[in-house]
Amino acid sequence: MNFLMPDFYPAAAEIFLLAMACVILLLDLVLTQKQRWIIGLLTQATLVGCAVITIMTASGQVVLTFSNMFVDDLFADFLKLLVYFSVSVMLVYSRGYLALRGLDKGEFYLLVLFATLGMMVMISASHFLTIYLGLELLSLSLYALVALDRDSARATEAAMKYFVLGAMASGLLLYGMSMLYGATGTLEIGGVAQAIYHGVANKTVLVFGLVFVVSGLAFKLGVVPFHMWIPDVYQGAPTAVTLFIGSAPKLAAFAMTLRLLVYGLFELAEQWQLMLMMLAVLSIALGNLAAIAQSNLKRMLAYSTISHMGYMLLGLISGVAAGDRHFALNAYSSAMYYTVSYVMMSLGAFGMILLLSRAGFEAENLDDFKGLNQRSPWFAAMMGMLMFSMAGVPFFVGFFAKFSVLLAVVDTGQVWLAVVAVFFSLIGAFYYLRVVKLMYFDQAIDTAPIKANLDMRLLLSANGLAVALFGIFPQAIMSLCTFTLLRSL
Amino acid sequence: MDMHSLYLVVPLAPLAGALLAGLFGKTIGRSGAHWVTILGVAVAFAASLAIFQDVQAGHSYNGSVYTWLESGGLKLEVGFLIDPLTTVMMLVVSFVSLMVHIYTIGYMAEDPGYQRFFSYISLFTFSMLMLVMANNFVQLFFGWEAVGLVSYLLIGFWYTRPTAIHANLKAFLVNRVGDFGFLLGIGLIAAYCGSLDYVQVFAKGPQLASMSIELFAGAPWMLVSVICICLFIGAMGKSAQFPLHVWLPDSMEGPTPISALIHAATMVTAGIFMVSRMSPLFELSEAALSFVLVIGAITALFMGFLGMIQNDIKRVVAYSTLSQLGYMTVALGASAYSVAIFHLMTHAFFKALLFLAAGSVIIGCHHNQDIRYMGGLKKHMPVTWLTSLVGSLALIGFPFFAGFYSKDSIIEAVALSHTPGAGFAYFAVIAGVFVTAFYSFRMYFLVFHGEERYDQVPHDPAHHDQHHDAHHVQAPHESPLVVWLPLVLLAIPSLVIGYLCIKPMLYGDYFAAAIVVGPEHHALAHMKEEFHSSFLMALHGFSQLPFILAISGVALAWLFYLKRPDLPASIKKTFQPIYTLLDNKYYFDKFNEWFFAGGARLLGRGLWKAGDQVLIDGVLVNGSAKLVGWVSALVRLYQSGQIYRYAFSMIIGVFVLLTLWMHRV
Repeated sequence: MNFLMPDFYPAAAEIFLLAMACVILLLDLVLTQKQRWIIGLLTQATLVGCAVITIMTASGQVVLTFSNMFVDDLFADFLKLLVYFSVSVMLVYSRGYLALRGLDKGEFYLLVLFATLGMMVMISASHFLTIYLGLELLSLSLYALVALDRDSARATEAAMKYFVLGAMASGLLLYGMSMLYGATGTLEIGGVAQAIYHGVANKTVLVFGLVFVVSGLAFKLGVVPFHMWIPDVYQGAPTAVTLFIGSAPKLAAFAMTLRLLVYGLFELAEQWQLMLMMLAVLSIALGNLAAIAQSNLKRMLAYSTISHMGYMLLGLISGVAAGDRHFALNAYSSAMYYTVSYVMMSLGAFGMILLLSRAGFEAENLDDFKGLNQRSPWFAAMMGMLMFSMAGVPFFVGFFAKFSVLLAVVDTGQVWLAVVAVFFSLIGAFYYLRVVKLMYFDQAIDTAPIKANLDMRLLLSANGLAVALFGIFPQAIMSLCTFTLLRSL
Repeated sequence: MDMHSLYLVVPLAPLAGALLAGLFGKTIGRSGAHWVTILGVAVAFAASLAIFQDVQAGHSYNGSVYTWLESGGLKLEVGFLIDPLTTVMMLVVSFVSLMVHIYTIGYMAEDPGYQRFFSYISLFTFSMLMLVMANNFVQLFFGWEAVGLVSYLLIGFWYTRPTAIHANLKAFLVNRVGDFGFLLGIGLIAAYCGSLDYVQVFAKGPQLASMSIELFAGAPWMLVSVICICLFIGAMGKSAQFPLHVWLPDSMEGPTPISALIHAATMVTAGIFMVSRMSPLFELSEAALSFVLVIGAITALFMGFLGMIQNDIKRVVAYSTLSQLGYMTVALGASAYSVAIFHLMTHAFFKALLFLAAGSVIIGCHHNQDIRYMGGLKKHMPVTWLTSLVGSLALIGFPFFAGFYSKDSIIEAVALSHTPGAGFAYFAVIAGVFVTAFYSFRMYFLVFHGEERYDQVPHDPAHHDQHHDAHHVQAPHESPLVVWLPLVLLAIPSLVIGYLCIKPMLYGDYFAAAIVVGPEHHALAHMKEEFHSSFLMALHGFSQLPFILAISGVALAWLFYLKRPDLPASIKKTFQPIYTLLDNKYYFDKFNEWFFAGGARLLGRGLWKAGDQVLIDGVLVNGSAKLVGWVSALVRLYQSGQIYRYAFSMIIGVFVLLTLWMHRV
């Protein structure tokens, strides 16, 4: 067997990140506590470097390397850039929070970097093994991050639950992949698609594998009934880590779903669409209903995530209708658009919790937002815009996200599904607007002044304004999503 | 600078002025506010002149500036269509607006809302320019609603007066009725043409003409007729045509400058402009044209009657505006679109002049508006007197004045038209000439001639401005320069614009590209054969029926109000029922208040009791809240924190999916 030297060029960003992570790992040993800021700065610099490399190496073509295990296309480049960006924003938001709790250790930055590497590998995977490799790298880093605050019983409990359930989900996914391998004889995503297209695969084994793969994906996305870890982990983890879990990994999970189901199993679209539709309806219903009963904001946002992922799935299930495939591009780009705008809103909302938290105090209860308008009208307005956007009020980015997935659903003629989705989003509007009501019409309980670094204030304001800006100019992101998908499918 | 950026400058300059004066009014102060807004409008006017030159040279432009949204093949864009029709409107709007801006410095000098007022009128100018420059229905509708909004804000400018609030609400609601029709029309166009761009829609016109639509089962209508009538209903609201005219007289509660700008010269003519712009569609529907003709004729005649008995100086002018808008609408109905635009233009100048002169009189008389308590102002206010005389002569269509050319052309066009209803319309416009002359000169004689009665004014709390005080016994005085200068500047076009423009606008090919007239509507072509020159037309006018009627109207007014002031009272006594009918404005307001307002309240009460309290509050809100609470409590109960439950639910999920799909395969 000959070993061919693979083409490293398309994976340059991943290699760079890995090298930098090792450098930081070593540096962390020699730095004193006072010099810790260097690590944060270096992490940011690494992300910027990755972004530069990703842009430089983007060829606009679909390039396969490492024996077809790794793919570099515009879709991957775009999502990776968004991942760097949101990780970088997350780091800015959480700096003050971590410092006050003594959590700003080298481990945090390293784990974040390894998780980022995992996401990048997931996004660029074109092989079942690479997908699994990336997924595990991400998940293991996340388990450790959730338990970062070792002395917090709640955090360690959440990490334990996440680990056990995550391992189970990995098992499901792996089992599903092995079934697909059994049916098609290959682990390459392109090869699987070819095999199914030529009809050489056993249909029963395929569908058997498909069910397990969908279950594994559903766990990663956090949709009902594979969602139970989300509320506990979101609430238990330090808010900075919750912010991380709730943002960039959604992009990676979306990429993984798209690679597996659309790239690999498109011939089975009618099957997995129906499965995902069931999961989507359950998620939208349960997420919105359960969020109402929460008094903890982090838990409420956790249920909101569940419903948002349900809406995102609405886009994914509208690609093929009665054998007609010309809806696909539109539908998948609407799902992608939904994910991107959700990440934007999620960053802002958890960022607000971090903003209001201080030493020994977590602003994670709804009551902590009471009367925010009296304390800071500016940030109350920002939070108000984020909530309006999550509720899907025009003209914020969340409205166009919902609008585009609903349009995709209606295009395929499933009007009843759109009606159900709108109905539950109406119920969902209640708990988002309750936050606005608390901020503007209730008397403040917590009256401490808001202290935060200038960079966080500016970035959070920019985040809030972006939600409004991209609501007024929705075409910008939407056309990017459509373009990158078009060039990569 | 190239023409494209110039097109953008025209609407944006007033918008910049409005924003500066509105948002930074306190910082830049009163004089700062009027300087920035006047500068903005002056720039718009200058740019309009340059564009006019360019269009004269044969250039036109149609293109989009910005795509706001694209959905399902339907584009919502901001774009400009610059052609002869647009440039006429741009010039009229920016010129009259400029005059009104200058005039406002004097008129609103003591008002506490000075900056706000300037901001509003500049915002209005922006909206109106966007409306006329539009190349698609979305932008047209945007401008249409924006001018309506500013009109609402300005009618209620003195928001502490209950009458002003009532009037602006009324204007808003009545316009809603019209806009409903307008929106339906636009919706039909979007549905059947798949585009909202003028050029594309007009290109589909012939296809529309062959389609029909069933509004009621079994009764097909021509689609294009339905569209045109819907659009015209919008115009009826905005241009105050019968029976949606009721808001315009009440709008006089606003300050006089805006009565001149919005409720005489520009906004109320938006409907006329819109129909002219849509001439390619209206030409396809005889039914719609006939409808337009009859509505216009009713407005022209019957609103004129009401003007004869009004005593408030602004209301006389307001009813005159209604009647003149009726004339323009009649011209539209007779397919003489260019004549309608011509009258729109001359009317804009002389009616703005009359309104501003009325405002000058009001200042001079210390905010008394009742013409019964004026008289003999000629020697106190010479400039206002002379310019008013010019305006009145233009209004009644005295030969050589601007109004003569446009109004006579309308009458001739109607006489030659064969659209159903043209006979009635001819009678209405010809009788209207007499009525117009009578009420115009009744006002003119009562205000400027006869004995001085300004010391007899009773104290009337309903009609005085905030800065009213006790000096109404003082003699009237001429207004300051900033007030009378615009009067003079408007008097000039009121004199000469008809003489100069009739040939190019009506009989030249100025509008050739912008207005389409079907071959079967050949009134204008006939008139062209008989037209030799402006001078001869005016000379010929002296021997015509309209001139005789106008002169008899003036003579009658002279007899009643100067020679024998006792006569009107005795006539009023003899024809008491007719007077009461007119005094109550044909009972339209009473009917609307009883039927629509009362009915709406009754309906609302019923819905509130049955729908709101029982169905929505009782079943939907409280019921669903209970259900939601119940479900989420259940979820909370299951989400117990025990990991085996979490794992169990995942396994159940896999199991259910597996069972379902294995069964399917």
